[in-house]
Amino acid sequence: MGLLDYFRSRTPNTSSASVAKERLQILVAHERSERNKPDYLPRLQRDLLEVVRRYVHVDDNAITVTMEEDGNHEVLELNIVLPEEAAAAPKPKPRQRSHPRR
Amino acid sequence: MSRIIVVTSGKGGVGKTTTSAAFAMGLAMKGYKTAVIDFDVGLRNLDLIMGCERRVVYDFVNVINGEATLNQALIRDKRRDNLSILPASQTRDKESLTQEGVERVLNELSETFEYIVCDSPAGIERGATLAMYFADDAVVVTNPEVSSVRDSDRMLGILASKSRRAEQGLEPIKEYLLLTRYSPERVRLGEMLSVADVQDILSLHLLGVIPESKSVLSASNSGTPVTLDEKSDAGQAYRDVVRRYLGERVPHRFVEEEKKGLFSRLFGG
Repeated sequence: MGLLDYFRSRTPNTSSASVAKERLQILVAHERSERNKPDYLPRLQRDLLEVVRRYVHVDDNAITVTMEEDGNHEVLELNIVLPEEAAAAPKPKPRQRSHPRR
Repeated sequence: MSRIIVVTSGKGGVGKTTTSAAFAMGLAMKGYKTAVIDFDVGLRNLDLIMGCERRVVYDFVNVINGEATLNQALIRDKRRDNLSILPASQTRDKESLTQEGVERVLNELSETFEYIVCDSPAGIERGATLAMYFADDAVVVTNPEVSSVRDSDRMLGILASKSRRAEQGLEPIKEYLLLTRYSPERVRLGEMLSVADVQDILSLHLLGVIPESKSVLSASNSGTPVTLDEKSDAGQAYRDVVRRYLGERVPHRFVEEEKKGLFSRLFGG
């Protein structure tokens, strides 16, 4: 190593190693949370979508099923976005604002 | 009662076979009856690293299929007679390994050997999952590099869910981190993840750090496990690793740069 390296080493925050660490921390946390999910979630999502479609037509990506750990119990969260002109079902959402904010 | 250790990583080329050979030799040098098995069916290489490639007659798959006895297939190390190698088959495909067959061979080995080191192939297919299935301990070999760290974490997930200990609800596999090809200088320059970084991400017990070293290549060139090279930094690091595994308290070395004089600091050296 030479004199230049000495000055180069004074800037640790923008180093490629710290970028690597940050990327890995995010990725590993995400992959670990995926790992603990039961593998029936995609099938559950498909079946639920099928049932909902008997009553109202919704998009393939209008349904999300997520599993989250909350303390010592797990929460299965089901989110279905109904289309606006769904006449068959009551529709609390999406609400429309008369004065959209800038 | 014998102990089964899997040397695993997910990613290829990080030093699993080097580690298996060095670790098994280290255990034998400590006086333990040790066997080391190559699980990389079709890509046999442990025999080459151990320097016994010309003595292979029968292999792991021959024993599983009943074409040879275990004693016929085991190769006794010429340097340490308490160390034996069970080579992988070079011609069969990976599907020749069966869970029952592997279990039978491991059971028979544990009658004679105190430690059984399983050298896992890269990847997460049959050979790799079977190498870890019956393990008591796992040495996760990781390079300070993003894809290796990610793959190691993936292997930890598999160790925790798809092993005999996990499936039978026994005490989980003991997992150890072995960081290889480490360069303290590059860490200081911010070019390489540090030991602390990798431990932060994987939260594993650190078994040791093996420095990037010329002696690893020259050891494999000559078919000598690097543990036998007592002058080399990597050889010493592997000796420390074995002592730590056996429960001794050994401070970590080769994590910091060697102290250099002012002259070489300024002008390179």
